[in-house]
Amino acid sequence: MKSSVIKLLKRFAVVALLAPALAMASEGVHLDKAPVSNKQENLQHGAQLFVNYCLNCHGASAVRYNKLQEIGLSEQLITDNLLFTSEKIGDLMTVALTREDAEAWFGTVPPDLSLIARAKASESGTGADYLYTYLRSFYRDPARPTGWNNKIFANVGMPHALWDLQGVQTAREVTDEHGKNSIELVPPAKAGKLSAAEYDQSVADLVSFLVWIGEPVADQRKTIGYFVLIFLAGLYVLTHALGKNLWKDVTDPKKQP
Amino acid sequence: MAANSNYEKYKSNGTLLGGVLEWTDARFPLTSMWKAHLSEYYAPKNFNFWYFFGSLALLVLVIQVVTGIFLVMNYKPDGTLNAYGLPTAFASVEYIMREVSGGWLIRYLHSTGASAFFIVVYLHMFRGILYGSYRKPRELVWIFGVLIFLCLMAEAFMGYLLPWGQMSYWGAQVIINLFTAIPFVGPDLSLLIRGDYVVSDATLNRFFAFHVIAVPLVLIGLVVGHVLALHEVGSNNPDGVEIKKYKNEKGVPLDGIAFHPYYTIAHDLPAAVIFLFFFSAVVFFAPEGGGYFLEYNNFLPADSMKTPPHIAPVWYFTPFYSMLRAMVWNFFWIEAKLWGVVAMGGGVMILAFLPWLDRSPAKSIRYRGPIFKTLLTIFVIGFLILGYLGTKVPGYYFFGYTPAVGADNEIVFSPLNYLLSGDLIAQLFTVYYFLFFLTMPYWSKIDKCKPVPERVTFK
Repeated sequence: MKSSVIKLLKRFAVVALLAPALAMASEGVHLDKAPVSNKQENLQHGAQLFVNYCLNCHGASAVRYNKLQEIGLSEQLITDNLLFTSEKIGDLMTVALTREDAEAWFGTVPPDLSLIARAKASESGTGADYLYTYLRSFYRDPARPTGWNNKIFANVGMPHALWDLQGVQTAREVTDEHGKNSIELVPPAKAGKLSAAEYDQSVADLVSFLVWIGEPVADQRKTIGYFVLIFLAGLYVLTHALGKNLWKDVTDPKKQP
Repeated sequence: MAANSNYEKYKSNGTLLGGVLEWTDARFPLTSMWKAHLSEYYAPKNFNFWYFFGSLALLVLVIQVVTGIFLVMNYKPDGTLNAYGLPTAFASVEYIMREVSGGWLIRYLHSTGASAFFIVVYLHMFRGILYGSYRKPRELVWIFGVLIFLCLMAEAFMGYLLPWGQMSYWGAQVIINLFTAIPFVGPDLSLLIRGDYVVSDATLNRFFAFHVIAVPLVLIGLVVGHVLALHEVGSNNPDGVEIKKYKNEKGVPLDGIAFHPYYTIAHDLPAAVIFLFFFSAVVFFAPEGGGYFLEYNNFLPADSMKTPPHIAPVWYFTPFYSMLRAMVWNFFWIEAKLWGVVAMGGGVMILAFLPWLDRSPAKSIRYRGPIFKTLLTIFVIGFLILGYLGTKVPGYYFFGYTPAVGADNEIVFSPLNYLLSGDLIAQLFTVYYFLFFLTMPYWSKIDKCKPVPERVTFK
């Protein structure tokens, strides 16, 4: 009797496990895998790039400057290198750009970047993959008001903030064998301040930083998680032994009513 | 002292604690309640793992209430923009995540708890269907359960608006708009729910009030009703036989064991620890649940000017959302949208009629015939597929299939275009879902059941 139920359950379980796997179909743009790092040197370099290149238009209003002590920067280093005007170390990373000005200049308000790495995750890849690909896909497009366009975000409002590091990337239209048009990026004729490899590494560091500010507690969360799981495993052994001992009353024929 | 219950009142053993107990018991049904619902509530001794999910649902309810209290201490139901251009409600959630001590843990427990609640409740309901737990005399237990499920959906839906992310906002927009399909009162009704012409600060504030006060009160009331009704008639079991038929001279069912301590400690406690193990694994290692527990788009603040290309409800609503979307024809001069709403609401409410739809001589699947087993298997597969398709955009094709098109780019007639079309499969299983219930009085009666034993099987 029981075996028929178990057989049925097994059938359900197999179907439940297989259904999503069989139906998996990824669409959308191809994203490059971001080499995300949680090493302090990478995060610190990312912080430097973020403050210098992003924090003029984009805020990270959930993050305080002194939070950067968690990636190994001292209060002195933060004050000397990352605070430019009248900010104090306990301030949030906000920008002076008003919404009205932003709309007039870019046609849209630059999003707050506190959570951007979590928000941009999709079926195509993690948020980090998206940002890593996005920041390496800008190309010169004289037809756009800012002079820049992006391969994975057509007609983007944002100009290429890192162009002096990368150099001027261009693009050409190509037609594949099915007659489908797509855009192919052409590396800069003259490299910027960085070589192609250095630029990729810098973007990776910047993305790593964005991942970190998306959830600064992430590493600590996992560490605590191991202890919690070990504790619960131990607790299970105890409660299981207790239960087994107690259940003897139920199975013992002498104790039956 | 005269008592209203048949239980003997507690007599002190002379200690201080004993004295306090005696004094209390003389004025409050302490021992009688303890005995009636725990130490002398006799449950069948052949419960299996399917019987974990009732007590686990209670555990998750407690987790949700407790974490909810602490979240409310720092959450601000305010849809207006703060000084940095972010909605205050959205920013207050991040404040909890970053600046409140342990806030991230409380928030993840609550967000994971919502999904865990539905997993546990779906399994609990499935147990009821497997073993016929809704059959006479447990109809009211089941109806209380359906009302709890309905309440839980309202609670989850309103709670999901509170983080004020893009999916919160647009999900609420879509679902509240559905009410406009109701004839005559629809448009006014949706306006009443929203408190505005679009989802706005007014909506957020009233949803907050409902989520933290009104619905939990009703929910807890219904849970009490569910348990009281159950304890009045006694628990069903995997054999679907009534243990009250055979009692000893003291009136204790021969196949019954005291709920406390045998089920509370020996059966449910280790199960609760296993549950918490998996629950913690999600909370600490995958709180986003692969984008199913916390949708990625919800990390973007709500923006009434930017409609996301794809609005998907959270996974626990998707089977019913699929039913809503499956209705695309105007039948009997009634527009498709109303049929969709009827399907979505009817999909939940039809469960309440299960006690009267099922005419099988055997309650439990152990003794029911091949028709039930086959139809139920298809039902479960269909429900899972409906759930999967509810997360996908309309016009989805399985296995990444691209439909064959004709010269004018119209989708042409081809077997694969139909077989792999998510829309068609969803329609098929929606029809199946309702037929399963509506034809049950017929097929449950003619199914070849095995003889049901007199006593429970217990090794």
